[in-house]
Amino acid sequence: MSAATATTSTRAPTTLSAAGEPAASRASGQWRRFVNPLLVLGGVIVGLAILFVIVYPMVSPHSPTEPNFSVETFAPSSWAHPLGTDNFGRDTLTRLAYGGRIDLVIAFAATSVTLVVGGALGLAAGYFGGWFDSLLMRLVDFTLTLPYLVLVIALVAVLGTGAWNIVYAIWLVGWVAYTRIIRAETLVARRLEYVEAARVIGMGEHRIMFRHILPNVVSAALIFAMADMVLNILVSTSLSFLGLGVQPPNPEWGLMVAEARDFFLRDWRLITYPGLAVLVVGAGFGLIGDGLAQALRPRG
Amino acid sequence: MTGYILRRLAYMVPVLFLITLFIFFLVRFVPGDPAAIMLGTRASEENTAELRAYLKLDEPYWVQYGVFMRNLASGDLGDSIRQRRPVTDILMERLPPTLFLVTYAAILSVLITAPLATAAALNRGRWIDQAVRVYALVALAMPAYWIGMMLLQVFAVKMQVFPVAGYGDGFLGHLESLFLPALALALAVSSILIRSLRNSILETLGADYVRTARAKGLNGRSVFVWHVLRNSAMSTATILAVNLAFLIGGTTIVETIFAVPGMGQLLVKAIFDRDYPIIQGMTLAIGVLVLFINLITDISYAILDPRLSYS
Repeated sequence: MSAATATTSTRAPTTLSAAGEPAASRASGQWRRFVNPLLVLGGVIVGLAILFVIVYPMVSPHSPTEPNFSVETFAPSSWAHPLGTDNFGRDTLTRLAYGGRIDLVIAFAATSVTLVVGGALGLAAGYFGGWFDSLLMRLVDFTLTLPYLVLVIALVAVLGTGAWNIVYAIWLVGWVAYTRIIRAETLVARRLEYVEAARVIGMGEHRIMFRHILPNVVSAALIFAMADMVLNILVSTSLSFLGLGVQPPNPEWGLMVAEARDFFLRDWRLITYPGLAVLVVGAGFGLIGDGLAQALRPRG
Repeated sequence: MTGYILRRLAYMVPVLFLITLFIFFLVRFVPGDPAAIMLGTRASEENTAELRAYLKLDEPYWVQYGVFMRNLASGDLGDSIRQRRPVTDILMERLPPTLFLVTYAAILSVLITAPLATAAALNRGRWIDQAVRVYALVALAMPAYWIGMMLLQVFAVKMQVFPVAGYGDGFLGHLESLFLPALALALAVSSILIRSLRNSILETLGADYVRTARAKGLNGRSVFVWHVLRNSAMSTATILAVNLAFLIGGTTIVETIFAVPGMGQLLVKAIFDRDYPIIQGMTLAIGVLVLFINLITDISYAILDPRLSYS
């Protein structure tokens, strides 16, 4: 999905700027870069979504799984049921909150681990090169040849269905994108003058890698991580939609779409809301990614 | 040119090797006896023992892999547990619908992308540009299964403009039956294409030869069509090829929703049936398909683009 983000950047180190400026205003200048409309809007959307999936289940009096035949099924919106009820009389908003909780946890668990592991491997491959690099790159080529979704589905065939098995499957294949990006950036950063300088004055390999190269290459990975969050939300909800992830009666956005398919003509809302939820949260992460790109790469 | 093609083929070898290794171990990592797994739950003792001997499952992994590769070379991917016939035969039936769907979706995605990206690039910074940007963001985050279900329900079930499921008969039948699934896929892919094409058009607009063409007195439209669009088409094809794997991955979802009898649908079905020979076969076929189309794309560039020397 994302070769587009894998461009290289050669951002100059910021340490040399603003010689006589007071530290405070320099810090606020740094900070101001992050206050761009894209980043703020994306942050607000994602922040509200996280707040919603954490808080709403605590305050909602309804069960997300227990059928409730004492209330009307397919009920219209009301104070008791803001988004109505489903075919079992369950409150749709409550189910959306519980479902979103699972999806966000899956996406975050999947993305954060692949970001760190894949990034570390890419840093090592780009910095040290050699057989380790060659071997890793063949693995990357292989993984990028097979469609991500097909790889995850094939791995779920081995691991078995279930939410955590999707996470494990993504861990196994998701790191390659970060490895490729960070490796490419490291290859560029390794030749920057100040890295040469650090080597000349006798700094250790670890110090050069983590103190001088890492800060330069990490922004590309962070920007990609936001697109990756979108991708992982789409992949995990897709698998649940196919019946390979979260199992009923538990709510999950993809599964909710699948369960509502037979009721579309009777009640279009049941299919629409969970899909919209995926869309809005995904767009939120997309906006954060664009905003980060704007803040971290002024040229881009 | 021959040298380039040979080198390009040589580059495929390690990737192909890893794909075969992946599907080889796929079955062996499922808990239980691989022979029993590959024959399904209803297999007899003798049959299982026979397959164990045939696949040399009592020998070390490298011997097993040798046997696996020898069988693969002769087109033997084992038998489907569910359908009780060779995976290769099933694959041959499943390949055409998927190829048709992927090609169709690729064409539709270009038809969606080209006008939107052009409009955005020519009106840079204005509201059209912003609107296209919002479209790209929404299309990126929009789940294919969701938009697929919506299209199915609205246009096939309710309005009955398109068939609900299947592959249709003849070329026109395929075009009609696969329109909605191809559209669902194309929308997802267009989100990636639009941004790249917009930026590529902007880049070309600033290029020297375009300025020269303008200076020669060619009018804006012909400069745009002959110089800008032609060059951008090339880069769109590249981006499309790069995202081919993504496009093919999406077929698992839309083929399942629209009951298209292709490889993606079979792969998903096979997981519920625990039909491991099918899972192996489809995964391998999809990988080879992506490699093969990428190879064709690269070779076409080498032929079409005289600036690049590949000797």
